[in-house]
Amino acid sequence: MTSKITSSASLAHCSGCDAQPGCADPSRRDALKRVSLGTLSSIPFWASTAHAQSAPLLLVDADAEKDFKPLRPDDLAIGKPLLVFPFDPKTGAPKNESRLNKMVVIRLPEDQMAADTKARSAAGVLAYSSICTHQGCDVKTWMAKESVLACYCHASKFALFDSAKVVSGPALKPLPAFALAMEGEFLAVVTGSPANQGS
Amino acid sequence: MSHMLKKLTIAVIGACAIMAHADSKLGPYAPVTDARLTNPEPSNWLMYRGNYQGWGFSPLDKINTSNVKNLSLAWSFSTGVSEGHQAPPIVNNGYMYVTTPNAQVIALNAVTGEELWRYKKEIPADLLMLHNTNRGVALYGDKVFVGTVDSHLIALDAKTGKVVWDATVGDVKALSYITLAPLAAKGKIMVGSSGGETGVRGFVAAFDANTGKEAWRTYTTAAPGEPGGDTWPGDSHKNGGGSVWITGTYDPAANIAYWGTGNPAPWPTEGRPGDNLYTTSTIALDVDTGKIKGHHQYHYNDAWDWDEVSAPVLIDTEINGRKVKGAVHAGRNGYLWMLERQSSGKIDYVNGVNYVYNDVIKGLDKKTGRPTYDMSKKPGMGKAVSFCPSLWGGKDWPPEAWSPKTKLFYIPANNHLCSELPAADPAAYKKGDLYIGYPIEGVLGSLRYQGGKKPDSIGELQAWNLDTGKMVWSHKYDRAIWAPLLTTGGNLLFTGGTNDRVFRAFDAANGKVLWKYNMPSGVTAVPSSFEVNGEQYIAVQAGWGIDAERMQAGINTLDSTKTAVPQGGTVMVFKLNK
Repeated sequence: MTSKITSSASLAHCSGCDAQPGCADPSRRDALKRVSLGTLSSIPFWASTAHAQSAPLLLVDADAEKDFKPLRPDDLAIGKPLLVFPFDPKTGAPKNESRLNKMVVIRLPEDQMAADTKARSAAGVLAYSSICTHQGCDVKTWMAKESVLACYCHASKFALFDSAKVVSGPALKPLPAFALAMEGEFLAVVTGSPANQGS
Repeated sequence: MSHMLKKLTIAVIGACAIMAHADSKLGPYAPVTDARLTNPEPSNWLMYRGNYQGWGFSPLDKINTSNVKNLSLAWSFSTGVSEGHQAPPIVNNGYMYVTTPNAQVIALNAVTGEELWRYKKEIPADLLMLHNTNRGVALYGDKVFVGTVDSHLIALDAKTGKVVWDATVGDVKALSYITLAPLAAKGKIMVGSSGGETGVRGFVAAFDANTGKEAWRTYTTAAPGEPGGDTWPGDSHKNGGGSVWITGTYDPAANIAYWGTGNPAPWPTEGRPGDNLYTTSTIALDVDTGKIKGHHQYHYNDAWDWDEVSAPVLIDTEINGRKVKGAVHAGRNGYLWMLERQSSGKIDYVNGVNYVYNDVIKGLDKKTGRPTYDMSKKPGMGKAVSFCPSLWGGKDWPPEAWSPKTKLFYIPANNHLCSELPAADPAAYKKGDLYIGYPIEGVLGSLRYQGGKKPDSIGELQAWNLDTGKMVWSHKYDRAIWAPLLTTGGNLLFTGGTNDRVFRAFDAANGKVLWKYNMPSGVTAVPSSFEVNGEQYIAVQAGWGIDAERMQAGINTLDSTKTAVPQGGTVMVFKLNK
């Protein structure tokens, strides 16, 4: 496995990086710290220290209990969301000590994505925190007609093609977005995510 | 003004100020005894519905049909919390206790609104909250009891708010949680579980009021070998739902508490053929032992998410010309059920009549009340099915009310709303996850209008004569209602429940609107009434959210509207303008 990240969402291509706290250049690390400390608990615990990771984190099915298989883009059918945990290939274990670490990944047509959303995708796969910014329920229901990811608890809807902005419902903030990249054949989280949270 | 007159005026004003201060000063806390709960003083509101029978009736009559037009805001208090506030202000000699979402308890001076203390439950950061509301406290002895969304029962010192004991009730990892106000009787504090949609096996549990030690626990789904155990195949009862998330009523003479139970889990019935006792029922529990002494199942093998969690209202009155010890319930299934309590705990069927449009139930057995279904209206696997009333039923949790003065039974109904569920897609039970069995987008988008056309009215405040089984009057709204009710000795009926944030007073005899007030947020909380220093007050919390908001989202989809009701909790207390 190579540690080099090659992706449309790699750091060099991260559209709008200068205005976003999520890209992992040193000038934004303070901003990332502010985000991690100052916003809702919906930002995963591991994200606040993600910039310190030397190896990229891969993704595994959140339901897997053993025989963890890092996720490839082809493992995802288009429009079928999957809940995942970040997975550290060095330890061979998912970071599943808290459900707040859970993410939702979904493969969608790239031509419908806004530019900054597309920049965070890898092979058409988008990743967001699956913890609803309203009351913390798992957000995992893709409603294709409306192009939204919906929370089953209180029906907040998030526009996944556009940085998970709130379309309707009681949530006030978008789902934290994670930039993905390819780590060889596997999907990996770009260092420094989440990328769409203001401080 | 002469010097003397000035002095006199100042002296009078000063005396008035001192008197007002003295009037608002709280005396020693009066312990809440079984005797007081059995015969609550008219001046106090000591429990969820004001009395053990669940009437939602205050005998106070100083505010009445002739002067309610002069009702004005006495004070208000922001809770600092958003989401659905549903708890009544519970009052004991000027000490008021309200709860908010996330099980915060606030003690207030009922006359001035001054905060006495506040208890904030520390909620686990990773808790998944399906319904984070709370429906109030129980008072007993010198303590205040609250059930929490992370499934604890906590006893607080009524004067200081300090935790006296903290008991774990359910498994929070399985998403068992508590939203109801506990029921206090005979030294026990009783609570039930929420979590039917996450496969939690429903129960009522009793705890010693002094120590917090669990006294008994009775499950609402019968296990093999127990009475009713043969109504569940295999182990299906273990995650069979039957939640208990509304406070029970209590007959002190018989020492029996009546609880309503929720729908079975998961929603599709294919994996659980049978009646699934004791879901969608009322059960009669011996308060000393928790033993089930009787039950009535309103409808068997539920497929429609029609929880029947509202406990029956205990009314001794004439039904069909016969004096009965009644147990009356406006079902989520759209039927008004009139049952009879026997002293043994047995519950007999007397009469049932639909109070909203229902296209599922074709008829009721005259002796038992057992319904006959139109099976084409039963959702399940392999087919999309529409049915009326909707998932939220003719009436969801908002409590009915009974006035012994008007002898009318009041129902906050929603009519002409239906649901369409897609083909079921059941999955195996998984701890800590949803256990519904339908695609969530199908559930979120299930609301329909009867006949596919927006009706002229949806919400209906109905008044029923239980003796004749006929509706006497109804007030129709052009929108849905989530409207807990309060009746009073002043022949008034108070309720909110609408997305226009209006809190209204009706003439309880004829349904005429006599007073209304624009609240800061929508009102889906239980109103109460109390008296301090000879002055009557009406109290309620504003604070929209939870299922009222979800239904509004469904209506927005049907109407292509974007109605959003502002959120934020406020305790609102009214009295007559002098």
